[in-house]
Amino acid sequence: MPAPLGSLRECREALDQGRTSSAALVEQSLARAEAHAHLSAFVRLRAERARAEAQEADRRRAQGEVRSPLDGIPLAVKDNLVRAGEETTCASRILEGFVSPYTSGVLERIEAAGAISIGSTNMDEFAMGSSTEHSVYGPSRNPWDPARTPGGSSGGSAAAVAAGIVPMALGSDTGGSIRQPAGFCGVVGVKPTYGRVSRWGLVAFASSLDQVGAFARSAEDAAHVLDAIAGHDPRDSTSIPEPAPSCAAALDGDVAGLVVGLPREYYAADGIEPGVLDAVREACAQLERAGAKLREVSLPHSEHAVATYYLIATAEASSNLARYDGVRYGHRAQGAHSLSEMYERTRSEGFGAEVKRRILLGTYVLSAGYYDAYYRKAQQVRTLIRRDFEQAFRGCDVIATPTMPETAFRLGERTEDPLRMYLSDVYTVSANLAGLPGVSLPCGFSEGMPVGLQLLAPPLEEARLLRVADAYQRHTAHHLARPPEPA
Amino acid sequence: MSATLREDVERVAALARLAMSEEELSRMARELEAVLGYVASLAKVDTRDVPPTAHVVPLVTPLRDDVPAPPMDPGLALSNAPESDGSSFVVPKVIEAEEEG
Repeated sequence: MPAPLGSLRECREALDQGRTSSAALVEQSLARAEAHAHLSAFVRLRAERARAEAQEADRRRAQGEVRSPLDGIPLAVKDNLVRAGEETTCASRILEGFVSPYTSGVLERIEAAGAISIGSTNMDEFAMGSSTEHSVYGPSRNPWDPARTPGGSSGGSAAAVAAGIVPMALGSDTGGSIRQPAGFCGVVGVKPTYGRVSRWGLVAFASSLDQVGAFARSAEDAAHVLDAIAGHDPRDSTSIPEPAPSCAAALDGDVAGLVVGLPREYYAADGIEPGVLDAVREACAQLERAGAKLREVSLPHSEHAVATYYLIATAEASSNLARYDGVRYGHRAQGAHSLSEMYERTRSEGFGAEVKRRILLGTYVLSAGYYDAYYRKAQQVRTLIRRDFEQAFRGCDVIATPTMPETAFRLGERTEDPLRMYLSDVYTVSANLAGLPGVSLPCGFSEGMPVGLQLLAPPLEEARLLRVADAYQRHTAHHLARPPEPA
Repeated sequence: MSATLREDVERVAALARLAMSEEELSRMARELEAVLGYVASLAKVDTRDVPPTAHVVPLVTPLRDDVPAPPMDPGLALSNAPESDGSSFVVPKVIEAEEEG
C-alpha cells in the first residue's frame, strides 16, 4: 500500500525542500487511488495526462518558476466540471461519452495555478442526493467505514481527500453537497458565497443555489485552494465582480473578541445524535477558550428551510435538465419514430430514479395552478430565511452549527425513503438559500465516525470564515486524524 | 393516494417528457404525495407583503463590450451529437407524416 499523501502544506514543503517531485506525488496519488478502488471515489483517472503535467511542473520548478502554493500538487475533480477533450458525465447515463468542447472556468484557474488533476470523482447523478448512491457507477464508500456512505453529492471528492489519495479536491454545493460529505468523511469542505467562484462549465443543477468549492485536510489548505479559484468570470453572469481578497493572508489565528452565534433553533431541534451534539458543543467551548464569545442567536424560519429548498431546487432542476433531449449531446434512445417519442424514451432511459423524481416535483410546482402555492411561496419564505441571517449577523461574526444532525449512515439505509434523506439536510440548505459562505470542519467522533462543525459567515466573508476555522485547528487535532488503512 | 394526484403525475410526466410505466407512475405519485405533505407546512408561514427572492445577489444584467470573436467550430459543436450530417443535428421527423399513420 502506497503511503497516504500529506496535506497540501506538507506536499508543498516537500517540493520546496526538494524532498519530492510532482512526478513522485502524482505516481503516489495514482497508486493510492488504485489501491482504494473499493471506495469507488473516482469514476475515471487521467493517469497519462497527469504524469505529463507533473513533468511540466517539475521542469518549471527546476527553472525557479512556481506558479502558486498549489503548483505541481495532485487534485481530484467532481465529475460535473467540464474539461475540453475529456469526458464529463455527472454520473448519469444520459451524459455517457460526453466530451466537452471547452474547459470550465474553475479548472482553468486551478490549472493556471499548477494543480494537477488525477481524475474525476463519483457523485450523485447531477448532484442530486446526499450519499452518492444515485450514481450510474454505483455508490462511493466512506474510508472510515466502507459499509457507510461518504455523503453526497460530492462524496467521491470527500472520500478521495479523506483516504489520502489527494490533498485537495473540487466539488459543488447546492444544498450541502460539499459540507455534508466533508463532515461525514472528516475533512474540510468549503462552500464560498454564491457567485464567488465561476460556474462557467459547472453542469447546472439549481442555478440560484449552485456554487463550486473545495475539499482539503485543513482550513489553511482550503484557503489556498479558494484563493486559486475565487474571482470574477465574465462568462458567468452571476459571478461577483468584486475582487476576492486572499483568504490565506487572513489566517492569523486570532479569534479574540470574535462573536460566535449559536442558533437556538438548531440546537433545540429533535433528532440530533447525542455524540454529534457533544462534539459540536465542545468545539464551541474550544473557540471560547481561544478568546471568542458565544452568543445565542435566532433563525426563526429554520424549520421551513428544507421545504423551501426542495421546492426551489427541484423547480430549477426541472428547467435546467430540460436540455437533455438526445439531440446535441449525450444518450439518445434508438428506434424512435417521432421526435417526441425520441425525447421521452431518451430521458426515461438516461435519467435515474432520483433525477426523475426531482424533475417531476419541479415540473409539478411550476405547473399552472400550483405555481403560487408552491414555487412563489417558497421564494417568499426564502426572503424570510435570508432576513433571519441578516438579523442574526447583526449580533455575531460567524454562526456555528453541526454540519449534519448525525454521522454517516449505512449504504442502502435511506434509498427507499427519499423524504428522510432530504430531511437530514436541515443545517446545510439555509446557507444556499441565503447565498452564504460555509465550511465544515472535523470536530471529533461519535461512535467512531467523524463529526462536522459547520461555520457560516455573512456574504463575501470567506476570509473571516477560514480565519476562524484555522484558529480552531491551531488549538485542536481532529483534522489530523486519518481513517484506518484498508487491510 | 388521491386519483387527482395520480392524474397530475401523469400530466406532469408528459410535460417533463418522461415516459413512465403504470407502476413507475404509481410509485412516483406515492413519493410525491409524501413530499407534498411535508412542504405543505409552508402554507402556515405569513408571507403577506414579502417579496420573493429569485436570486440572493442583486442581479444586474452584466454588460460587456461587443468584441468580435471566432465562434465555436461547427464540427466541434456537432462532435457530441448522437446523429449529425456534418452541418446539422439530425432528429426523427418533427411532424408526424401521413404515410406513417
